[in-house]
Amino acid sequence: MAEIPDSGREEADLRPMGAAMTAAELEAWFVREVLPLETMLMRFLRRNWRDRSDIEDLRQEIYVRVCEAAEAEMPKSAKAFVFATARNLLTDLIRKENVVPIAAIADPDSVGLDADEPLQDRTLIAKDELRRLQDALDKLPPRHREAVVLGRIEGLTGREIAARMGIAEGTVSQHLKLGMHALADLYLRDATDAGRRS
Amino acid sequence: MTSPHQPPVRQSATEIDLCAADWLQRQSFWTWSAEDQADFDTWLAQSRAHRIAYWRQKSVWESAQRLKALRAPMARPGWSIPATKTKPFVLRIAAAAIFAALVGTIGYRDLGSVSKPENVYATPVGGRETIALSDGSRIELNTNTRLRVHTDKHTRMVMLERGEAYFDIRHDAARPFVVDVAGHRITDLGTKFTVRDGADRLEVTLLQGKARLDSTDRSNPPNSAVLSPGEVAIATPQSVTVIRKPKKILDSQMGWRRGVLTFYHATLADAAREFNRYNQRKIVVVDDAAESELIDGTFPVNDVDLFGRVAHSVLGARIENKGHDIVISR
Repeated sequence: MAEIPDSGREEADLRPMGAAMTAAELEAWFVREVLPLETMLMRFLRRNWRDRSDIEDLRQEIYVRVCEAAEAEMPKSAKAFVFATARNLLTDLIRKENVVPIAAIADPDSVGLDADEPLQDRTLIAKDELRRLQDALDKLPPRHREAVVLGRIEGLTGREIAARMGIAEGTVSQHLKLGMHALADLYLRDATDAGRRS
Repeated sequence: MTSPHQPPVRQSATEIDLCAADWLQRQSFWTWSAEDQADFDTWLAQSRAHRIAYWRQKSVWESAQRLKALRAPMARPGWSIPATKTKPFVLRIAAAAIFAALVGTIGYRDLGSVSKPENVYATPVGGRETIALSDGSRIELNTNTRLRVHTDKHTRMVMLERGEAYFDIRHDAARPFVVDVAGHRITDLGTKFTVRDGADRLEVTLLQGKARLDSTDRSNPPNSAVLSPGEVAIATPQSVTVIRKPKKILDSQMGWRRGVLTFYHATLADAAREFNRYNQRKIVVVDDAAESELIDGTFPVNDVDLFGRVAHSVLGARIENKGHDIVISR
């Protein structure tokens, strides 16, 4: 995709002494506060960016910027911050490429995002975590699913999975890699939203 | 076996995500040498995008461990006793464990299509747990609480045997949600409420929506009350009284859900009694003068020592450790 402009990175240079998070803290924060927003973030990006093939890259760039800034100073509301970052990124890209008028970027509020309720999201997510895991698992292609079930649920090693499935170890490795990758996407995104990545 | 490739000039996000998945599966399922670790460390250090992709992949993979709960074969019919030894303050984990236990008795393939007829949940003194029901309702158990949940096509029923619980109920007119406790029945009319089965009385606090409280003990005259938000019904075997409490007080009473106790002008005796619900180590207030001292403040439910220190420094009370307990006197 197009070169990502650099705005939004200045914050990292303003890092106050002693306020930085450790890598482990940053990871925990990211997993707890940012990842649950992925469904919403993907929806936001799809609504506001015409080229679908850019969307995963945009998401990743947003995560990078958000973590960079959070490392310097943890934002008060992860949600507000993630979506502000998303809007800035899109605005920068548009300005650069001169594709769509800036007004075309919807306000997060207008697409049904309430920036003040991260807690609610987490509650909802914790509530049906297991069911969503199950749904995600069910949607995997059969061979990937089998490898993941044997590995994660039955607790077999790679070699044992290969023996059980009667396939080469290298193939098991591929099944696990693709299965784990798809599971993450399916799990972190709404049923209606997931599976569009191909 | 494939090996995650070194990044070319610019990898797409999907390629990076696939690398992260590959590293993770190699670590999890195959022999992992010091050399592998060094390669992996290099990859992680190469860019923030790599680290984030790995965190993302790992967090989902760790969550997926919960799927193990679905492996359990059909348990004995009737009851299942979920783990009760969860530490307080680990709500997320507690919720997951309890939820896993709830569905853990269903065969792996039947998740979601069958509901277990009845489950028992209990917390020890100082414990706190959350149950997520399949209909989206949520129940939070406070310290030293035991309840049974029974759901089927027509009813959703909880029997609170002891303690205190917070209910956040998805209203379903076709499937009313009822709580039976100490000779009374609470029927939700779309609701968030708490029920506390105290030593001598039952308290139902309505936070949102509407609920009805009826006595079910036939040996006493029937009593009934419909509660609105902010109202607290205090029921004894003989009577039901409804009072209204200011929001500030209600909020402070809900502090246990966050692991804190908040007191506004509580007597030392009342505060100690409240603390003792949460801790094996008891606070004993020995004389009348000390008992009626007033105390304000917010305390972690399990920090008995902090409470003692505050009583000492603010009220000038004398604090002694006697055996297991803390004795407060003038």
